[in-house]
Amino acid sequence: MREILGDIDRWRAQNKRIAVARVVDIEGSGPRDPGAAMAVNEDGEVCGSVSGGCVEGAVVAEALEILKNKSPGRLVKFGYSDDEAFAVGLTCGGVVHLFIQPLSW
Amino acid sequence: MLYSALAERVRKNKPVVLLTVIDGPNTGATLLIAPDQGKIETLGTLGNAELDRVASRDAIGELEAGRTSVRNYGPAGQVTPEDLQDTPVVRVFVESFSPPPQMIIFGAVDFTAALARVAKVLGYYVVVCDAREVFATKRRFPMADEVLVTWPTPVLSERGPNLGARDAICILTHDPKFDVPAIQGALATSVGYIGVMGSRKTHAKRLERLAEVGVTKPQDLARLMSPIGLDIGSRTPEETAISICAEIIGKRVGRNVPSLANSEGPIHR
Repeated sequence: MREILGDIDRWRAQNKRIAVARVVDIEGSGPRDPGAAMAVNEDGEVCGSVSGGCVEGAVVAEALEILKNKSPGRLVKFGYSDDEAFAVGLTCGGVVHLFIQPLSW
Repeated sequence: MLYSALAERVRKNKPVVLLTVIDGPNTGATLLIAPDQGKIETLGTLGNAELDRVASRDAIGELEAGRTSVRNYGPAGQVTPEDLQDTPVVRVFVESFSPPPQMIIFGAVDFTAALARVAKVLGYYVVVCDAREVFATKRRFPMADEVLVTWPTPVLSERGPNLGARDAICILTHDPKFDVPAIQGALATSVGYIGVMGSRKTHAKRLERLAEVGVTKPQDLARLMSPIGLDIGSRTPEETAISICAEIIGKRVGRNVPSLANSEGPIHR
């Protein structure tokens, strides 16, 4: 979170709606530890990262959906060839659990 | 606002922990816990006063250990398996923001600038210390968080008690007047890494000087990574900085890395 505070502050100053995605858990090999964070604003601008670049695209789509639906937030799982999750996966074979929520706090 | 309070504390390198309900009743609810001089400030709620109380107590423990984890509770803070039967589970993400680890570098030499730069990339709070005021200037080390013109002993008696397993002391001076007290001071702390620069010959002579001041215990000498860094054939200050930081990472996670301190033969081939 530390490294994305600057971008979030800038977006907040512009009154943009923002969603934050954080890694809350990993199983097996995962590129980023719990606490890794990225943020997406209503225009689809992005800062930070939650993987080695494998799932960020899908996270943006999910984040924009959450902002649109005014959802309080949800857990999203990305894994290797995981049918329940998105069509993207982690090439490292691990599973990453993300919590994505609007920055309404 | 909770976010502003979090951002302010993180920026000031003060410890803080953010709790977020990621599943169950009140998903998305947040609680911020900020210990401040013995008092604990809280902001927000997870939706139930007793849950807040129990989760806060756990969160303080996680923060002290520098851990980030997910914990499960009942909606009213229940924790035992019996109490959790027949209740929905509230999953709480406990995210610790600990102050960054510190690296104290003794000796304001060319290697210092490169090491300070690499340490900043890794997120360290970097302090450069040298007694020679012509060399220890903020202009020469703009990347350092602090540049101190003083001797090792006062710096380590003041800051030593705050150093722990995540922190590092790198002694890059070759001057016996400086490196012997720096090593003595460093050994008196619980710092996780002590690296001392010098050739194998310098290292051997230094051991003699340390023996003269009574530093002879094998468990003390074993803490000194000297010659500093990994045996990767680094030559430039930048390459040496990478080799030092790689050694620090390896030591911290308990890997068996090829340290120069544990090998023989020439450092440069």
